[in-house]
Amino acid sequence: MFNQDIVKPENLVYKRTEVLTDNVMHYCPGCGHGTTHRIIAEVIEEMGIQDKAICVAPVGCSVLAYNYFEVDSLGAAHGRAPALATAIQRLNPDKHTFTYQGDGDLAAIGTAETIHACNRGENIVIIFINNGIYGMTGGQMAPTTLVGMKTATTPYGRNVELNGYPLQITELLAQLPGTYLVTRQSVHTAAAVRKTKKAIRQAFENQKNKKGTSFVEVVSNCNSGWKMPATKANEWMVENMFAKYPIGDIKVDGELVQK
Amino acid sequence: MAAKGTVVIDKERCKGCGVCIVACPKSVLALAKNVNGKGYNYSEAVVDECIGCASCAMVCPDGVITVYKAK
Repeated sequence: MFNQDIVKPENLVYKRTEVLTDNVMHYCPGCGHGTTHRIIAEVIEEMGIQDKAICVAPVGCSVLAYNYFEVDSLGAAHGRAPALATAIQRLNPDKHTFTYQGDGDLAAIGTAETIHACNRGENIVIIFINNGIYGMTGGQMAPTTLVGMKTATTPYGRNVELNGYPLQITELLAQLPGTYLVTRQSVHTAAAVRKTKKAIRQAFENQKNKKGTSFVEVVSNCNSGWKMPATKANEWMVENMFAKYPIGDIKVDGELVQK
Repeated sequence: MAAKGTVVIDKERCKGCGVCIVACPKSVLALAKNVNGKGYNYSEAVVDECIGCASCAMVCPDGVITVYKAK
């Protein structure tokens, strides 16, 4: 340990936010879920909306998200988080309801709820973690799994003839008139984390101004599902996932910026 | 140039994923030879080069890193 003499409150640059609880997260080492949880909590702290934020937890790895956010939370049935968030936000229009969903939850079983909530332009924030695999159940193929990617249920790689194509649900949702902000980010480097945080902040600001649905996709890793160490998984993600899921804004202020 | 920053790592919460080690522009961090209570080789500062940029803290999934920078 170096420079112990500068460990003083006035020299503090960064510390864990108070909006996260003290529970140790159950996520695997290096998982993007932890980072995303942290930046959502930081945005809530910065905006001073801790007493107004309501988290809707999904089913999947992040099913226990309510253990980590120091805000009111509900657990939705599998894929139904946008439907539950619709009800919460309509009944409490001044609150900040956000859903936190993985790709198995949002893009598979919850496709109908997601598309219709976005099409109605519900005033909710949807955070979508895309790691191209079902992490919690043991690494099965998800709709977002890349072509050729090996999973527990596609041991020879995803075959288009048998399994179809990866679902770019974010691009799909950007076509709907109800969405106001649609963006795709990642959390593998410090710069990417800062950009994602900015996007999430913008999403909550849009909600405050009652603009409609804000949708933030976070392309993440799944080192257990992909069977590689965390840092290797991040490199693999940059090489492979970003080719199919390019990072950047897709719809800003209700206007498509990317076709 | 003298170092201006320092990191305090909650080693019992660290899961040793190594994401912070890759993120550090000054190669300050490395995994310890010792393990914590959960059996992970936790991350620690090994050289006195920290500039207090907080890149490590930004990417830490478990938020175990606190960063200080001399004013």
